[in-house]
Amino acid sequence: MKELLANLTGIYGPSGNEQRIREAIENEIRDTVDEIHTDALGNLIAVKKGSGKKIMLAAHMDQIGLIVTNIDENGFLRFTNVGGVSPFNLIHRRVIFGNGTAGTVGYETEMEDMKSLKRNRMFIDIGAGSREEARKCVNIGDVAAYYAPMAECNGRYFGCSMDNRAGCAVLVEAIKAVKQSPNELVYVFSVQEEVGLRGARTAAYSVVPDIAIALDVTPTGDTPKTVPSAIRLGAGPAIKVMDSSIIAHPMVKELMIRRAEEAGIAYQLEVLTAGGTDSGAIHLSREGVPSGVLSVPCRYVHSPHEMVDSGDLEHSVELLVKILEKGI
Amino acid sequence: MVEVLKRLTEARGVSGNENEVRAIILELAAQTGARVSVDRMGNVLAEKAGRPGSKKIMLEAHMDEVGFLISGILDNGMLRFKTIGSIDQRLLLSKRVLIGESRIPGVIGVKAIHLQEPEERDKVFPQKQMYMDIGTFCREETEELVEVGDYASFDSRFVRFGDNKVKAKSLDDRVGCGILLELLKETHDFDMVACFSVQEEIGLRGAKVAAWHIQPDLAISLEGTTCADIPDVPDHMQTTRQGKGPAISFMDNSSISDRGLFRRMVETAESHSIPYQIKENVAGGNDAGCIQKSRGGVPTLVVSVPCRYIHSPSSVMDLKDYSDTLRLMKEFLKGCETR
Repeated sequence: MKELLANLTGIYGPSGNEQRIREAIENEIRDTVDEIHTDALGNLIAVKKGSGKKIMLAAHMDQIGLIVTNIDENGFLRFTNVGGVSPFNLIHRRVIFGNGTAGTVGYETEMEDMKSLKRNRMFIDIGAGSREEARKCVNIGDVAAYYAPMAECNGRYFGCSMDNRAGCAVLVEAIKAVKQSPNELVYVFSVQEEVGLRGARTAAYSVVPDIAIALDVTPTGDTPKTVPSAIRLGAGPAIKVMDSSIIAHPMVKELMIRRAEEAGIAYQLEVLTAGGTDSGAIHLSREGVPSGVLSVPCRYVHSPHEMVDSGDLEHSVELLVKILEKGI
Repeated sequence: MVEVLKRLTEARGVSGNENEVRAIILELAAQTGARVSVDRMGNVLAEKAGRPGSKKIMLEAHMDEVGFLISGILDNGMLRFKTIGSIDQRLLLSKRVLIGESRIPGVIGVKAIHLQEPEERDKVFPQKQMYMDIGTFCREETEELVEVGDYASFDSRFVRFGDNKVKAKSLDDRVGCGILLELLKETHDFDMVACFSVQEEIGLRGAKVAAWHIQPDLAISLEGTTCADIPDVPDHMQTTRQGKGPAISFMDNSSISDRGLFRRMVETAESHSIPYQIKENVAGGNDAGCIQKSRGGVPTLVVSVPCRYIHSPSSVMDLKDYSDTLRLMKEFLKGCETR
């Protein structure tokens, strides 16, 4: 798991530019599934055939990023956000473009009050001395992502894009670990979740699942004086009850809880007051799809150093395998 | 081409009441030999078939414009109203409007500067304090001319001025409609469906059902977009610049353009030496947002004509940008042919 996660979090894939991460995931799972294809929006859809109910598993593979909107005469890049990026998280961060161009994020230091820091008063510095020089490596519309190789300490992994490469890694490991299932399993690695659950919406339309479970990270409430939340890092996978995009279907939620209890896997119940995930789009597809979410607890979500717990990851895989191997 | 744009922008088509614009589009689309139909929401679909089994390309522009609905009649005969679509309230005062099917003229009024308290002069009057004055004396007189629920639009003529520029209302998105009507004159080896959609300004409603029905393999939305190459806007916040050609979008608030389509459009412009610009901002949304998410997903791209002061009665466009956008789209569609 550690190696897989280090690999997946190191691959460039902001929303709308998921080609490389898609290829990496496809290479991981191709030999263990019966069918695999990429749809019109770029979702990777893999099928493990079965005669029973069709379960859709969805993990988004895109990450947040910064998209270049303007290059000034001195070679500084103006940008806006792709997905939820706080300007305060950005100051002097290292970022990287798809072609390997590195940059650091600066801001207009004449600013009278840091409270007025906004993205349109910030820029990416790629070390270029002029517009012409900058344009040799970056164009308007190119997207930068955080650059932060994964590190491990005390059984915790931290790095960029744990949201949602952690979910992708859990799903990849589960795909490999599932031995037998009476169900038809459809694995979707979706695009453009961070900009509005767009990929999962169209994937759900073509998959037509009987039930769906999304895999994503969820913020924790266990750091000093933080927003109250019962989720703690290391206390096990979180079974979603509700967020701003979905109320988990009771049948799916109960099923997840039952499987966790049968297997003696510690779990947490999650109520998230802001934010949503792919299940929000999937459960409204066509005539409706009973849906739930399995979340990996994660500190500092949408920062370049998101932190997850190795035990939570292992137990998430274990729980997911238990869910998939039995009939619905 | 300019004559068509004049007709299109002087016709009225506030979201949900696109009749006048639709009538012109139906007339002109039929002349191109396309198979023309109107769906249940009022979208106009004009189709030109290619070879059997070929892919389907959807070209899309919205017919509707921002405007007003009459919400009440006062005892003195004046009208209360609500805005439809996003309109800057500061530009409403003293504007001329046309109300209802019989085009009753009116003006939007508020008390004169002489009667305002000093502090009032520095404030923007909220829209609910404004009224439309149609020159009547009492409720009964007004009721003979206007009903609650009637639509009203800005009253603004199409004017050519300056160096190849035009001023008109509703350039967003009659420019797209005008270009679509030109593109329909050609026939290709793929299925081409031009969609003139309704109700974009209030939430991309028409295009959503049209895309569901059409089921395209790819879609391009043609828009009139914001252009802030005006005083006191820093270079990196101007979004687009007039006279620099069609603006190709990499992303806006409603969709991320398909990277392959984006590159092909840029390459088409470069290989045919057509001026173009990349839209340098991620502002606003448009029909591509709902088309992309239709059914199993559709690769989309947005190409826009830069228009200053959009959503006002006096939007300004460069005719060269208009013709360059048309040229770019023609070359792009030629490039989509397989033969």
